[in-house]
Amino acid sequence: MAVTVLTACGAGDDDKTTEAVEELGEMEGQVSILAWPGYVEDGSNDPDVDWVSAFEEETGCQVTSKVYGTSDEALNLAKSGEYDVIAASGDLSLRLISSGEAQEVNTDLVPNYDQVFDFLKDSEWNTLDGVNYGVPHGYGANLLMYNEKSFDTAPTSWGAVFEEEELERNAGKVTAYDSPIYIADAALYLMKTQPELGIENPYALDQEQLDASVELLKQQREYVGEYWSDYLKEIQAFETGDSVVGTTWQVIKNNISNKDVAVTLPEEGATAWNDTWMLSSQAENPNCSYAWMDYILSPEANAQATEYFGEAPNSPAACEETTNPEHCDIFHAGDEEYAEQLWFWRTPIKDCLDGRDVECTDYADWTQAWTEIKG
Amino acid sequence: MAATSHVTETGPGRAADPALRASAARPGSRLLHRRPWLRLALLLSAPLAWMLLVYVLALAALLITSLWSVDSLTSEIDRSWTLENFRTLVENEVYRNVTLRTLGVALAVTVVDVTIALPIAFYMAKVATPRVRNMLVVAVLTPLWASYLVKAFSWRVVLSEGGLAEWSGIGSPGYGLTAVVITQSYIWLPYVILPVFAALDRVPDSMLEAAGDLGAPTGMVLRTIVLPLLVPGIVAGAIFSFSLTMGDYITVNIVGGASQMLGNLVFVNAGAANNLPLAAAIAMIPIVVTLVLLAAIRRTGALENL
Repeated sequence: MAVTVLTACGAGDDDKTTEAVEELGEMEGQVSILAWPGYVEDGSNDPDVDWVSAFEEETGCQVTSKVYGTSDEALNLAKSGEYDVIAASGDLSLRLISSGEAQEVNTDLVPNYDQVFDFLKDSEWNTLDGVNYGVPHGYGANLLMYNEKSFDTAPTSWGAVFEEEELERNAGKVTAYDSPIYIADAALYLMKTQPELGIENPYALDQEQLDASVELLKQQREYVGEYWSDYLKEIQAFETGDSVVGTTWQVIKNNISNKDVAVTLPEEGATAWNDTWMLSSQAENPNCSYAWMDYILSPEANAQATEYFGEAPNSPAACEETTNPEHCDIFHAGDEEYAEQLWFWRTPIKDCLDGRDVECTDYADWTQAWTEIKG
Repeated sequence: MAATSHVTETGPGRAADPALRASAARPGSRLLHRRPWLRLALLLSAPLAWMLLVYVLALAALLITSLWSVDSLTSEIDRSWTLENFRTLVENEVYRNVTLRTLGVALAVTVVDVTIALPIAFYMAKVATPRVRNMLVVAVLTPLWASYLVKAFSWRVVLSEGGLAEWSGIGSPGYGLTAVVITQSYIWLPYVILPVFAALDRVPDSMLEAAGDLGAPTGMVLRTIVLPLLVPGIVAGAIFSFSLTMGDYITVNIVGGASQMLGNLVFVNAGAANNLPLAAAIAMIPIVVTLVLLAAIRRTGALENL
């Protein structure tokens, strides 16, 4: 309790604080944020894309931000203790909580939390044992991007990157997301195409199911030109035509000027992310952090950030604020049935997430498998 | 002596008298003269401390880290001893393949660089006029002033679809190991040219003339005189290009396509997968390879002439 009050007053202490703050104090004048590219835009990348300056003027908290490329990288950066607020996807949030890097969030201190879609609150990746560790940002899918010139008819299935006869025509120009979590994309495809494997959840794979997914990815490997985790590299590769088909995010498509490049959500559904703003247990600026969480949940800021990235906003009010009035329809914001078609990133653990009574493969197994797939 | 002290007191201008300085320094130098071990210790302690801290301790830390393990969910390091990481390296085919691939690329880069460096260095050292030679030295050194990343990304653009390589009609190999060899050869070339040039520069022209006067044909002069004197320079250059390629991961990331080398596995395990112990174990591979290589080269005696 003493520690809680200390942190609430903004006094720095080196110990990790995982309990929630009871009440807010004075703004510290700065906040450092760790986030995906496109989440904290202050106009330095594109003068027209800026929602950070408004926050700085409003609260007096100067924002410093760092972007990360993969959830694994983010975990490493978060452990350094240099960041107050972290935008974490579902494959990262539980790891942050279990390693003591996340601080419980008192949602009463985040007024804009009230408007958030109910189904996003207290999800499995931001809440553990009834304790809330963060506020929802938005969600979206890992889409299929392709160059129209390389296809007679637009692909509508992940078969474009998993079936050999489909892969052959684009040999050497296929790309895939460079992270162990991409194994789930293969598992999702097998879940729809090979029901006899019995995959119920692409993040809960027993050894046999993992082996099947790895086999599929090893076959795909023969046709892969390069893997991407740096979004700038993928933009360049699709721009020039070095890559013509593969997974992507909407924000990457938004940054490609090549008119032949298109994206689609394939019929099998897709893996997806559902991001949470989390507070670091080592946060030195908790008051500005709460101010940021509340600000980024506000309809205006959330609409700007999620529309720019290409994902569903987190509240009906934010949908009213988007510049494209159809944005929320396109991304099925608030559509719970649609959200159920998406398989949000989770950290695979030994206890099967789908509740089966067998031992599942964990993230370490997936990391090892990913090294083997790349060969 | 009274005069001396008087002079010393008159001011700094006079204190520079060499005789006076010698007398002031005398007790120290006398002590050093009488105690050779002290002389040696003072001379060597700084570099030795540096060696110990930077090389030996860092290597020991690496070895110790490679014997730890990591919890997959929380990424906390478990500090109990285990040989698990090395077992993974030995048993898993992937690491063997990646090691062989890395060795192959490093060898290819070395061969390409030495092949290019030999004629250039020979021209610079023996044929060119002093003016041209200076210009060539500057030309070889200039790329070293540009950032490594800029050079690697330039090659990515050159090799990309519709890039300079394709446009010029030569054709692009695309991203992959060939692209890695090209890029690495380009980046390390100055490090190979310079030692070969330095070695050649030391070969006296008179020796070549003498050989010619005695009737040796050009091939024989090159084989029996120039080449033996060149070996140390070539070895030095080859060690640079080989070991630098062995440890690199940035170029592979940028132009390597889907292929990975040892450096990438270290990077992925240290930077992304949070498995520092495994990364440390993998990092031991290039270190061991380089040590074995240096030992082998030492046996040939090439290192003594460096």
